[in-house]
Amino acid sequence: MELNINDKTYTVNVEPTANLLTVLRDYLDLTGAKYGCGEGACGACTVLVDGQPTRSCITPLSSLIHKRIVTIEGLAPEGELHPVQQAFVDADAFQCAYCASGMVMTAAALLERYPEPTEEQISSFMNGNICRCGTYPRIVSAIRSIKTT
Amino acid sequence: MPVRNLSAYRQRHSIHQNDLKAMRTSEEPFAAEQYELQGPPLHRFSINRRQFFRYLGGGIAITFVAGHALSDDGADVAGANDNSIHAWIHVGENNNVTVYTGKVEVGQNIRTSLAQIVAEELTVPFESIEMVMGDTALTPYDMGTFGSRSIPYMGSQLRKAAASARELMKKMAAKKLDVDVAQLKVSEGKIHNTKDGKPLLFSDIVRGEKLIQPIDESAATTPPGQWKVCGTSIPKVNAAHFVTGKHEYVSDMKLPDMMYGKVLRPPAFGATLKSADLSRAQALPGVVAVHDAQFVGVCAPDPLTAERALTLVRAQWEEKPQPSRDLIFDYLLKHAKAPRGNDGGGDIAGGLARAKATTDKTFYVDYIAHAPLEPRAAVARWEGDKVTVWTGTQRPFGVQDEVASAFRIPKENVRVIMPDTGSGYGGKHTGDAALEAARLAREAQRPVKIVWTREEEFTWAYFRPAGVIQVKAGADASGKLTAWEFHNYNSGGSAIQTQYDVDQRRIQFHPVDSPLRQGSYRGLAGTANIFARESAMDDLANDLGIDPLEFRMTNLSNERLKNVLKACAEAYGWSGRSRAKGRGHGIGCGIEKGGYVATIAEVLVNPDDGQVTVKRAVAAFECGAIVNPVHLENQILGCVVQGLGGALFEWIDFKNGRIVNPMFSRYRVPRFTDMPELEIVMVDRKDLPSAGAGEAPIYGIAPAIRNAIADAGGERLYSLPLLRKP
Repeated sequence: MELNINDKTYTVNVEPTANLLTVLRDYLDLTGAKYGCGEGACGACTVLVDGQPTRSCITPLSSLIHKRIVTIEGLAPEGELHPVQQAFVDADAFQCAYCASGMVMTAAALLERYPEPTEEQISSFMNGNICRCGTYPRIVSAIRSIKTT
Repeated sequence: MPVRNLSAYRQRHSIHQNDLKAMRTSEEPFAAEQYELQGPPLHRFSINRRQFFRYLGGGIAITFVAGHALSDDGADVAGANDNSIHAWIHVGENNNVTVYTGKVEVGQNIRTSLAQIVAEELTVPFESIEMVMGDTALTPYDMGTFGSRSIPYMGSQLRKAAASARELMKKMAAKKLDVDVAQLKVSEGKIHNTKDGKPLLFSDIVRGEKLIQPIDESAATTPPGQWKVCGTSIPKVNAAHFVTGKHEYVSDMKLPDMMYGKVLRPPAFGATLKSADLSRAQALPGVVAVHDAQFVGVCAPDPLTAERALTLVRAQWEEKPQPSRDLIFDYLLKHAKAPRGNDGGGDIAGGLARAKATTDKTFYVDYIAHAPLEPRAAVARWEGDKVTVWTGTQRPFGVQDEVASAFRIPKENVRVIMPDTGSGYGGKHTGDAALEAARLAREAQRPVKIVWTREEEFTWAYFRPAGVIQVKAGADASGKLTAWEFHNYNSGGSAIQTQYDVDQRRIQFHPVDSPLRQGSYRGLAGTANIFARESAMDDLANDLGIDPLEFRMTNLSNERLKNVLKACAEAYGWSGRSRAKGRGHGIGCGIEKGGYVATIAEVLVNPDDGQVTVKRAVAAFECGAIVNPVHLENQILGCVVQGLGGALFEWIDFKNGRIVNPMFSRYRVPRFTDMPELEIVMVDRKDLPSAGAGEAPIYGIAPAIRNAIADAGGERLYSLPLLRKP
């Protein structure tokens, strides 16, 4: 079937029940989205589907016909950083950074919804993303530092 | 080929006497710990000068090795098979500096801090330092990245090695310029002739050289007061790679012709494989299946086929009864072995008789999981009888031993490479996934990748030990401790000795063969021992009607800890804290591995339903001179947040040899909305050597919250996690 990922069309030949994360990582070599739990509980695999932050590990391909998928690889033009990525680098927010892709994608969606989010809005919107290194407060302040005007 | 020891579920005893001995002799005296270790290798680093410079290009190299191990002219690394080499620094012909260390990066940002140290001593730009880490073929032996050792041990060695390189180049320049070495000064990566003349680049000096020298013990290092690179917040190396998804973790790797592996897990701990029928799995196109002793695994050219193949394996297992969570604490007490060492021999009864307040309580601490967000992963590739394994481990050289031993091949035939990995927290000391990938790759004659599922990680890795702690203690009317008796069953001996002054003391660790596979954890048993100690201290203070901070100060003579307590209390506003009903404030503090931590937490307890909210916490920490303030703050923050999970709600439930909650939807970890207001106070002591920071800051938060709950009029709690609903 055909998938629209980062404005490119990919043809994949796997069962429609296969989950998007496996297809991205192992069939299309887009390994930015990470496996963390396989049950949509940690957010490491987050991608945008029609702009909505989506857990790719529990998203079957069959649900993605005619949808627009954006992964971390397509969030910003090559060589540039999305404002969220820039803010996370500036804040030196991450430790092991395995959660980073999912955090970036969720935060990018958050800013679409709330251009100037409050701390509560950030915490509540990002609550599905786990960081075991405990960088949460740094991530919150990095997001708050972003000027979206 | 039969493989020895290739059983993913075998119970390993976590304490090896030899390892503890090795640790003691090589570094420092250590309390009985729960590290999973193997002895250091006997012979491995066999690089010779020719190989070394063929790989690196010309230049000079400084190695941390005892001087007598080098031949007189430094022509060859004659002692290089010996374990005394801990790191190399190479200054090359292009002015580039390469540092070789067996330490690994798991998010503590040691790659950054160690490079800062070398840049400082060589006066070169931070960016010019390349760190080669955790590769058994390129870096000298290192026991592992744990125990908060990277900064105090590796950091100080690298500082000395870099200073030695600088002094050596000065001497070489003096010879070249025919001037006295005292006339030369090194700054900005150049050697300046103070009398006059153009500065020399390092590359001008090392060009054409192939010189290996040992560390020069007389080379002066830069005192912390004069640091320019250290003490500053240099950001994480390659940060942009991490936020763009470009960094390649082991689980992201893909080699040409690589297959995807899956391992058949037993239905329960201790189950024995009776038979396995692989025929249906093998009938799938491209599938290779292996049954070797207790190991059954499959691999396929794509992951979906591998998953399917695994479901087609028919296996019969024989289970045997296993202790369950509901009886675990009785089990630990019943199966305790002879306690370790001298308990101190204090007169507890006499001390208690002089006390005005006493406590006699038993604490219970559950098993918890590290749950690193990147589960165990490995890629293995054989070339003839040599294997290369990429895996996320805190002990690449330990994994090299494991693989060599499992396949009965010489260690030299095993190369383990550790790319920067998705965290560990003490949970990635073993090479389980590496062994599995290597076994499948051997059979398939193609590279194989294994990535554990979250459920596998929760079930077949290892846990922070559960423990039972009995505390009997007393204090007199003036608030002085009169007796302290403390017995820990199974958690471990880390931080078991009390920091408080008390003459009559008996303190012992009672080891147990844990029914669950257990091992190292951030801060080890200190998370349990300090929780119990600080809780008992608070009970005594409150029963005496003495302010808990004052009570601690009365019994403390350690100035560093007292300073940290003061700094924490000041930042928190302890003396002016509001004493409303349902609002409580609690303290926890401790010392371990050169780190001094004090934490004060504020909690709200809803009088109607007992609901606990952690409103605020202040953590103060001191570990000597600060190398990188932001990264230190991140480590403290990370410890407090991880500690919050163990304090409030993390626990492993198990029944009949099965983990009941092996997933994030059933094993609760801290999330954004669990964050209290957090403030971190870093006490910089430029007069003291830098110590590690990845562990000790975890200690304060659990007792601080527990004591705050009691202060708010809630219960005095005696178990971790505090909010576990049975």
